[in-house]
Amino acid sequence: MKIMVAIKRVIDYAVKIRVKPDKSGVETNNVKMSMNPFCEIALEEALRIKESGLASEVIAVSMGPTQVVDTIRTGLAMGADRAIHVDYPGTLYPLSVAKILKALVEIEKPGLIFLGKQAIDDDCNQTGQMIAGLLKWPQGTFASKVVLDKEKQTAVVDREVDGGLETLCLDLPAVITADLRLNQPRYATLPNIMKAKSKVIKKLTPEDLKVEIKSDIEVVKVTEPPKRKTGVLVSSVDELIDKLKNEARVV
Amino acid sequence: MATSGILRAIRYHPISSRIAATYRSLSTLVLAEHEGGSIKASSISAVEAAKSIGNENSVSLLLAGSGPSLKEAAEHAASCHPSISQVLVAESDNFTYPLAEPWAKLIHVVHQKGDYSHIIAASGSFGKNIVPRAAALLDISPVTDVTEISDSNIFVRPIYAGNALCTVRYTGSSPCMLTVRSTSFSVASTSADSNSKPASIDQVDLSNFSEDDAVGKSRYIKLSSQETERPDLGNARVVITGGRALKSAENFKMIEKLAEKLGAAVGATRAAVDAGYVPNDLQVGQTGKIVAPELYMAFGVSGAIQHIAGMRDAKVIVAVNKDADAPIFQVADYGLVGDLFEVIPELLEKLPDKK
Repeated sequence: MKIMVAIKRVIDYAVKIRVKPDKSGVETNNVKMSMNPFCEIALEEALRIKESGLASEVIAVSMGPTQVVDTIRTGLAMGADRAIHVDYPGTLYPLSVAKILKALVEIEKPGLIFLGKQAIDDDCNQTGQMIAGLLKWPQGTFASKVVLDKEKQTAVVDREVDGGLETLCLDLPAVITADLRLNQPRYATLPNIMKAKSKVIKKLTPEDLKVEIKSDIEVVKVTEPPKRKTGVLVSSVDELIDKLKNEARVV
Repeated sequence: MATSGILRAIRYHPISSRIAATYRSLSTLVLAEHEGGSIKASSISAVEAAKSIGNENSVSLLLAGSGPSLKEAAEHAASCHPSISQVLVAESDNFTYPLAEPWAKLIHVVHQKGDYSHIIAASGSFGKNIVPRAAALLDISPVTDVTEISDSNIFVRPIYAGNALCTVRYTGSSPCMLTVRSTSFSVASTSADSNSKPASIDQVDLSNFSEDDAVGKSRYIKLSSQETERPDLGNARVVITGGRALKSAENFKMIEKLAEKLGAAVGATRAAVDAGYVPNDLQVGQTGKIVAPELYMAFGVSGAIQHIAGMRDAKVIVAVNKDADAPIFQVADYGLVGDLFEVIPELLEKLPDKK
């Protein structure tokens, strides 16, 4: 069974982002970029499944301009066998990403698709669900544990939901999106980074895949959130209680 | 429905989109969750959001499930908010648990009949799991985690863990599908008006609900949840959160005690959940629960960007931390630099009992 993992290049999670003065977006020039943390976790899970003998190959896929190749190389260094770069200069919304993935799935025929549950830039949390819908495959989103059964061709997935932990059993092929506690991703070691340079990255475009990028969302503006009033430091519990009772009036 | 066909034609006529906008009729389908025979508070917030899309918006509430609690929930739904004019009930074993595959199919079936301009769900694990799948089946982009509705097709949503707000315009065909943050659409206490007529309750015709696609390929096994007397984190008035500095699950009981004293819900940081002090459903943050209580008290919480994302809309924020440089103090209204193991017992002693 092949596993396909979709990964995204985003602004690094530790960076303090800045909204552009013209409100057209967030500043990305000269800003550190990394693989989306949830995508790292998704890729790690795919690699562990392969290492346990339940999959033959892990294919990493990423979409966007040339720079995403850096992120793809990291994925290959972590252990993906080969990769696909879908070259596209503009913004791709989840629906377009899902359609491109569907076209790739029809070529590669994986038994499992892994994605991060959300990208930390747009915080959409949509792509996994959409690709599952387009393919008519079952979905296991916000996964904190995945156990495959090769005989039954199923995946038992624990999901982090509002009420606690939900367990589902999915027939393969299926789409799974990774949540934070699914695993701790490995670091790419230097020897693996060197080895990754000779792994294949196939380049395709949406046109090659006969996918039309339609856009039904327009960004009007990007702004900063309202700033909170500066707070005060209190020096004792008594003072705190006094402020909460008499100033803020919340107790 | 010929009228909607004409309206759609007007909407796409190139003469003037402004003329089309005046003729656009609004009708919203709200996807609701129910538990124990009542509609969940977050779903009622979604109805409140539907109200803000525009005047003369007819709102239908869609419920699915099986068994007697479904009927009870439908009756509650019919009078839980004056904006609801119709309750649609889908009864089938397929909906005993809120699985995405049958729900997405259901939405497709119901929309084909009702031809809604908008379809909304609250942005919790139910809405987040189901709405994008349903949107893909309808070949449209949903707008998720909306915090403000500026117009019937203009929405504001947080990005970069809430460090920026993105205003988007939906330019696609109907329906416009949204998930909305329930903390951004609070329901006025006078909403459940006993004088207004309850909504009609209608059964959804599931005779054409064929099971040939993904329905049946996923099966619910179980839900592990912790029994608690504490109020629901998502809509509690007061939230007390503990971080990794609590050092153990046993110590976390101090947070529980303080929460009990204040009638509050208990929250936790990712670090505390990762360390196993509390279960995952207490996690507040960018990828956990988003809360906006009147009072948020954070003990031993450093204030990572991802945690702040989940509580920055609280009215009053209190932080207690030994480290004076902890980033949490930058968002706190009242900060106390001190040892939580001393501060919490003192608070327990000196705070007035909840009446």
